Amino acid sequence: MTLLIVDNIVKHYAAGERRILQAVNGVSFTLAANRTLGIVGESGCGKSTTAKLALGLVPASSGRISFAGREISALRDARWRSLRRSMQMVYQDPLAALDRRLTVGEQVIEPLTIHRLEANHAARREKALALFASVGLRSDLFTRYPHELSGGQRQRVVLARALILEPRLLICDEPISALDVSVGAQVINLLQDLKAQTGMAYLFISHDLKMVRQIADEVAVMYLGRIVEQGESEEIFRNPAHPYTEALISAIPSIRRRSRDRIVLKGDPPNPVDMPAGCPFHPRCPRAIAHCRSERPALRQGPDGRLVACHLAPSAGLLQRPAA
Amino acid sequence: MPYPLDRSVAASVPVLALENFTVSVRTGAHALAIVQDLDISIARGETLGIVGESGCGKSITWLAALRLAGDKVATSGRVLLHGQDITQLSERSLARIRGGKIGMVFQDPTSSLDPVQRIGRQIGESLKLHQGLSGSAARAEAERLLDRVGIADAQARLDQYPHELSGGMNQRVMIAIALAGQPDILVADEPTTALDATVQAQILDLLRDIGRDTGMGLVLISHDLGVIADMCERVAVMYAGRLVETGPATALLAMPRHPYTRGLIAALPDLEGPRMRLTPIQGTVSAPDALPPGCAFAPRCLMAGAACRRAIPALTQVSDLAHSVACFRNDAFTATAVAEQARQLSRIPA
Repeated sequence: MTLLIVDNIVKHYAAGERRILQAVNGVSFTLAANRTLGIVGESGCGKSTTAKLALGLVPASSGRISFAGREISALRDARWRSLRRSMQMVYQDPLAALDRRLTVGEQVIEPLTIHRLEANHAARREKALALFASVGLRSDLFTRYPHELSGGQRQRVVLARALILEPRLLICDEPISALDVSVGAQVINLLQDLKAQTGMAYLFISHDLKMVRQIADEVAVMYLGRIVEQGESEEIFRNPAHPYTEALISAIPSIRRRSRDRIVLKGDPPNPVDMPAGCPFHPRCPRAIAHCRSERPALRQGPDGRLVACHLAPSAGLLQRPAA
Repeated sequence: MPYPLDRSVAASVPVLALENFTVSVRTGAHALAIVQDLDISIARGETLGIVGESGCGKSITWLAALRLAGDKVATSGRVLLHGQDITQLSERSLARIRGGKIGMVFQDPTSSLDPVQRIGRQIGESLKLHQGLSGSAARAEAERLLDRVGIADAQARLDQYPHELSGGMNQRVMIAIALAGQPDILVADEPTTALDATVQAQILDLLRDIGRDTGMGLVLISHDLGVIADMCERVAVMYAGRLVETGPATALLAMPRHPYTRGLIAALPDLEGPRMRLTPIQGTVSAPDALPPGCAFAPRCLMAGAACRRAIPALTQVSDLAHSVACFRNDAFTATAVAEQARQLSRIPA
């Protein structure tokens, strides 16, 4: 069942006089229950903004978002609040997401209190303790403060707090980037187990391609506010179609392919304020042709079903290729 | 037995060596050891990777060796630069070595640079201190260095401020500043962790090129085993302030001997091969003031026996490839390796 529909959302910010920061530039995707969509890309590509837009945390400049058949706007009205119960978010830095003056147990109970769920405090506490156990936290930690916990324990507290409302969608923005390798693996396994138990959907945002491959069913690669490639995770990692995806995957150092040749892109990811003409990736693209400099390729479906925005991808068969 | 001709005495002295190096922090009346009995050396042109999780001492070791860790931190043991112990040097002499013979690059370039000084001036400072250059000679050399680290339009960049440059470019500037000291060895602490993947690839390539061109040694401190595998000839794995395994990168990563190293590798997802459920290391690292009496990894180790809880294992060579491991259960290694391989083959994809 389709849970989240993001339809051509745009988010522009004013960036000084007559300059516009095009953070998100027409992003569309759908997400079904029990599925994980990974969004990858480098800083400034708009992946975190996309997450906030999907939750209605920031208003979109244009486009539509619906969740479980109901439209989401950033108006913080009663309807939004009731939908928000089903859509929770986990951020990168668990310490920043927690209140240092409250015990972690109180913080897990708090959403129940806010939404006036469960009959009384004892029932809320019982539910919170049960969740504590299911995310692998010892019950004696319930009365501790965030600073008394390790990074991995804190991220579990954040997860418990997000899960206590039994959301149908969990948006994770770099949930393990601040964690050590062995702890990150614990959290990823936990996320996979929770999904198997509850059928929750995940929007998993990360710059860590290895983690995304581990957890995502489907991947969307963003570059400068747009999705440039989207499809089944295994397919994209095995055989990237967009030159940017290809470079991004080849740039990830891995212990199992040491002497492998990397595609090293020139330059930095460009500034979303100075959007290049034509394909936004062409200034760094090792394969760009003249046409790429003048016309932006649309995201279109290729023969294997995946979406690619590149003039040179097989999907661009319809396009007349100019003599470069 | 005749020695090969290139094995001159000078070549056999490591560029930098830590001997029996211990770092402790004063907390109230006590001194708490956070790095213990470290023996590490780096040869000319060698790339050594230091890997470990937060708090294992991988960063503080090098800061303390250069006396940059603050006055609450004390060290013992020797730090030998070309065979000369620098722990006894005056602050003034050591200052010439820091950023000189021993270059340093840290994780966050933008906060390592002075925000109110132009790039050219910041490189110039290092050129003046370490090469005695000033005026137009310094500017010309600064321009050459920026060019060397791959910054286009170097002349114009010299007059810019760090905030006008991207994170990747600022890291290139940091490398240029380090190169201004004509280092024999560069200590790079998570130099690409704050950078995007495509930019990380550029910086790693740059560090590799410089090493090849100048013979500069590199100590690369990273939590990312992928980066270490990509860059380093030799790897040292630290756990709770001690070296637990060291060896050639290929051997160590292909056949890790210490249960901790094996745990680290099993916890990593990869970009290739079937997707398997990750195998996290159970438990958490003990705090430095609550280390168990024996092997610090024993409480988390599936192989730990009674001996492991009694005494601390010494680093022992396990093969003729200078591969050493600090583990009492190394004898059990071969048997478990076979069992593990069989288990991995039968694992169900995640």
